[in-house]
Amino acid sequence: MKKLLPLTAFFSALLSASVALAGGGGAHLMHVDTDMNDQGSLQNGAKLFVNYCLSCHSASFMRFNRMGKDLGLTDEQVKENLMFTTDKVGNTMEIAMDSSDAERWFGVTPPDLSVISRARGSDWLYTYFLSFYKDDSKPLGINNLVFKDVGMPHVLGDLQGGIPEPVYKTVKDDKGHEHQVIEKVAVPKGSMSDSEYAKLNADYERNVRDLVNFLEYMGEPAKMVRYSLGVKVILFLLLLFIFAFALKKEYWKDIH
Amino acid sequence: MKALVAMRDWVDERFPMTETWNLHLAKYYAPKNFNFWYYFGSLALMMFVIQIVTGIFLTMNYKPDASLAFASVEYIMRDVDWGWLIRYLHSTGASFFFIVVYLHMFRGLMYGSYKKPRELLWVIGMFIYLALMAEAFMGYLLPWGQMSFWGAQVIISLFGAIPWVGETLALWIRGDFVIADATLNRFFAFHVILVPFILAALVFVHIIALHAVGSNNPDGIEIKKNKDANGIPVDGIPFHPYYSVKDIVGVVFFLMIFSAVVFFLPEMGGWFLEKDNFIPADPLKTPEHIVPLWYFTPFYAILRAVPDKFLGVVAMGGAIVVLFLLPWLDRSKVKSIRYKGLIFKTAVSIFVVSFIMLGWLGTQPATPELTQLARIFSVLYFAFFLLMPIYSVMDKTKPEPDRVTFDAH
Repeated sequence: MKKLLPLTAFFSALLSASVALAGGGGAHLMHVDTDMNDQGSLQNGAKLFVNYCLSCHSASFMRFNRMGKDLGLTDEQVKENLMFTTDKVGNTMEIAMDSSDAERWFGVTPPDLSVISRARGSDWLYTYFLSFYKDDSKPLGINNLVFKDVGMPHVLGDLQGGIPEPVYKTVKDDKGHEHQVIEKVAVPKGSMSDSEYAKLNADYERNVRDLVNFLEYMGEPAKMVRYSLGVKVILFLLLLFIFAFALKKEYWKDIH
Repeated sequence: MKALVAMRDWVDERFPMTETWNLHLAKYYAPKNFNFWYYFGSLALMMFVIQIVTGIFLTMNYKPDASLAFASVEYIMRDVDWGWLIRYLHSTGASFFFIVVYLHMFRGLMYGSYKKPRELLWVIGMFIYLALMAEAFMGYLLPWGQMSFWGAQVIISLFGAIPWVGETLALWIRGDFVIADATLNRFFAFHVILVPFILAALVFVHIIALHAVGSNNPDGIEIKKNKDANGIPVDGIPFHPYYSVKDIVGVVFFLMIFSAVVFFLPEMGGWFLEKDNFIPADPLKTPEHIVPLWYFTPFYAILRAVPDKFLGVVAMGGAIVVLFLLPWLDRSKVKSIRYKGLIFKTAVSIFVVSFIMLGWLGTQPATPELTQLARIFSVLYFAFFLLMPIYSVMDKTKPEPDRVTFDAH
């Protein structure tokens, strides 16, 4: 036990150091529960994606018919409800917008979204969609808490029921100076009743969750099968281990 | 059966088949007291085979072209049947190869397996490690993500720090002024042909050298000193079937852990597949933190710890060179840590902590405090090796046993 003491001390030092570092910098991210088995959510996410994202952003690694198959939709259903940019169901999700036009309009070419969930992470994407706020100092009149000076308009604004406004709070820094920081963002309530307002927010959060769920699926369609396959593979190896171990025991009983 | 025997004899008259089988397996006598640490040799060999086999299938769909590479990897992940599995086996395999090799090397360090008569065996092993680092570095460029690009950019620019010839050398390696299509093409050629070929040859030589001098064991004593009337070491047992069946147990257990990562955590929280590498390489946009993969970070931390760029490169190279010299730095009377004294045990502990800490520091942004910390651990890293000729002599060793310690189980 005495031997273990320095080792324990070392690892706890390491742990606290990494926790301290992980906490520093960047806005706090909200957590989203994604679920590759929630077909309804994925279908709603796909609908939102093709309607709101797929005019400026491409997803050039994602095929329409592959998506349909994974989401439990027939090719006809995909063609009628989700395809606006092409008529071939085997095509990938390309867009008509020219990238040099895009750069002139938005300052940057909107990135391809095929693997955006793997580059950004689902929690980040979820927080991003819930962090747009009104900022008149910006050309588009909006800003974002996790993506400062974002070049993308808040395209989901009508789903959210308007552009959220920042809610400020006052904090004191180490030297006692007071600063105004954004505590949260909130859509103006207007004349809505409490229950209507709560429903509006809940609906938007659900839609964003569905969209992020879909983006996560699109980032790695194999995710739909790899967990269940993994369980089978490990169970097989476990069985094999029992036999391998018994075989070894049998041979080694002669060795003294 | 008779026909099979006749066939064997026919081959044996023309090729030493049975002789080779006996020499390296059925009549190769290994010490009977191998412990947990002795699985990693065979596991390293298995990882090599996994990387070769999955690599062959990846090359069938991968495109070594700067404008196609990123998309071809995603094509493998989506449109190729089982492509995602082959890719994850290969990407997870790279990290596991290093885990296994590091544990294999640590085993050698603990039990003095580099000491006479196994100096050359250790040196060959170090060349394997060197080739493996080259292989991993060049392979990491191929997905053509942001980290592939900028990681290679940073590492190759280090050659530029060499006085006079540096810039020319870096240009010659890249084949362009920045990492570009030409670099990708040549790295692909080296990654799939040249280095695997070198690795295979070195692994072969490593095994031949091992079988010539015989395996060391956790007691660090020579089993060949104690032979029976037939000239067989009394503490030795034939590798096949005893260690072949034992290694199968190790392989299956290892594959369970390996599969858990492949199927459930292929990114390993960014340690095996970095987030930024899912953004296609963009020569105009430098990522905020450029971090090599974890198996290089101890050396990367040493590089950054030195204020001067050229001396940093020298220190980084030196950190690997000292490993080659280990057989001549250790002047202890005994091989195994079991019979070494407190000084050596303490030194090894400090070394392990330093290596892990440097590995962690190499992944962090170089703030002044962390750089200071990296300096301390770099000094400790080198002190472990460079002071070894002194402290290994001072160390109070215990007497070695005549026979290996072994409990039948």
